[in-house]
Amino acid sequence: MPLLLGSRMELGSQIGGGVLNGLAYLGSLTSLAGRAAYFAFVAPFRGKPLRVQRVVSQALEVGVRALPILSLITFFIGLILALQAAYELRKFGAMDLVATAVAVSMTRELGPLITAIVVIGRSGSAFAAEIGTMKVTEEIDALETMAISPIQFLVTPKFLAMIVMLPCLTIWANSMGILGGASFGVAQADFTWARYIRTSVESLFLRDLVTGLIKSVMFGITITAVGCLEGLNTGAGAEQVGKSTTRAVVMSIFMVVVVDLIFTVLFFVVGG
Amino acid sequence: MDAENMESVDSGPMLSLRDLRVSYGDREILHGINFDVMPGETLVILGGSGSGKSTLLRTLVGLEKPSSGEIWIKGKDIAKISHDEMDEIRKRMGMSFQGSALFGSMTVGENVALPLREHTKLEDSTIEIMLRLKLEQVGLAGFEYYMPSQLSGGMMKRAAVARAMAMDPEILFFDEPSAGLDPIIAAGIDQLILEMKKAFRMTIIVVTHELASAFLIADRMVLIDKGNVVLIGTKEEMRASKQPRVRQFLDRIAEPEVARELDYLQMLTEDRRSLGVPGGKRGT
Repeated sequence: MPLLLGSRMELGSQIGGGVLNGLAYLGSLTSLAGRAAYFAFVAPFRGKPLRVQRVVSQALEVGVRALPILSLITFFIGLILALQAAYELRKFGAMDLVATAVAVSMTRELGPLITAIVVIGRSGSAFAAEIGTMKVTEEIDALETMAISPIQFLVTPKFLAMIVMLPCLTIWANSMGILGGASFGVAQADFTWARYIRTSVESLFLRDLVTGLIKSVMFGITITAVGCLEGLNTGAGAEQVGKSTTRAVVMSIFMVVVVDLIFTVLFFVVGG
Repeated sequence: MDAENMESVDSGPMLSLRDLRVSYGDREILHGINFDVMPGETLVILGGSGSGKSTLLRTLVGLEKPSSGEIWIKGKDIAKISHDEMDEIRKRMGMSFQGSALFGSMTVGENVALPLREHTKLEDSTIEIMLRLKLEQVGLAGFEYYMPSQLSGGMMKRAAVARAMAMDPEILFFDEPSAGLDPIIAAGIDQLILEMKKAFRMTIIVVTHELASAFLIADRMVLIDKGNVVLIGTKEEMRASKQPRVRQFLDRIAEPEVARELDYLQMLTEDRRSLGVPGGKRGT
């Protein structure tokens, strides 16, 4: 049955091609992250100093300006978590455990993840759009002809800003989530504010916080790498900038979830 | 400035191309380009769309890698050197891009100052003075705090030239300096280039398809067509040439309608009346 054989081979080559493309993409991401790391940590000792001003202004944009929207979102997430947990726990008369459930879920998983998603929406897209527009207007070429590395000038400051800011934002997100859960606890589960917060804090182990923060740093690296790579790979024309930005957001979300899975499994196995 | 001091070849060319070939994937764009540019001369690279002149310019500044051949700039073959060595050569060059390529997030002053801040250890106050000087040279005195979006096309071009001049380059490249400018403003840019020529005696390489500009500013011209050098010579030699491609370009003769067999589908979708013959092929 030659037709069947043909379509099976077609599928095989498509899968194979897809895998190769995926690996090539991962390779490009790693290469970009590596070069950015070189300019962040190695080049300053070789006469190419880091422009701290640029890192600070990126950190301001990525971190400080995200606080309002992040606060609202994670407050609501904490509230939703509490409601979901209570829905089950009330069958066992174990409403007291709501505080623990919310605290552990936020710190280990949802705090880092939701923060990453908010940052993808705000900054991942912005990175791709900014660098993509610069590509289209030949500003990247202009940097090269001025013997300035676009990676050093554009990408490294973003990486450093994200690596510092994402853990900070995550801690803030965790707190807001616990507050959100507290508002349910106080309203419906016979908690006082003080008791809820004390219970939340006591139920957390250091490793819960640490694993969450490690994840947040990895998410930061991922988001920056994808956003900047898509920006640098933008084709010619304004329409391409839109496409790059969309691809950056979608790929970032996907990659962040993959990284989340990897680290969650890792921490589960290691017992962290 | 800390730019590496390269041995200057006194009487030799500033820039030499030997059998330069550039390809995008499988498609070869430049088929063996040969010419020299002497120090202090202004060379205009003329050509139509698709001739390969932009690719040529991009290769000269290292934005494209040649597939074979040599590009000698001040004693080094830039086709074969490392990225760091190329960066050292780039510090002695300046480039003005077709769309100005000013950094939209910085003021005009910050744009011009950028190469100085990145490559020199000069004090901020000194850099301030130098950028004002460069802006004055291009006729933009007082505009250092403007954002690029607040400038007109001609002013952006001038700012781009000021930035290209920031490190006092030995070679200045222009990509379509008159593109998108009205004739009066374009003439202003031509005058600017002429003033730069007189004042600084730099080697200037200009890619353009504007004949009027070319004949005004050039010492020598090279006509590129479909990736080949058609003619290289002085303005007089260009004007006097009888070569068909040269005459066609200089006299602005349109491509003749090439008689060809029509696609059957194209015939069906085109207006029948314009074809004359219903469903038939258009004859020679």
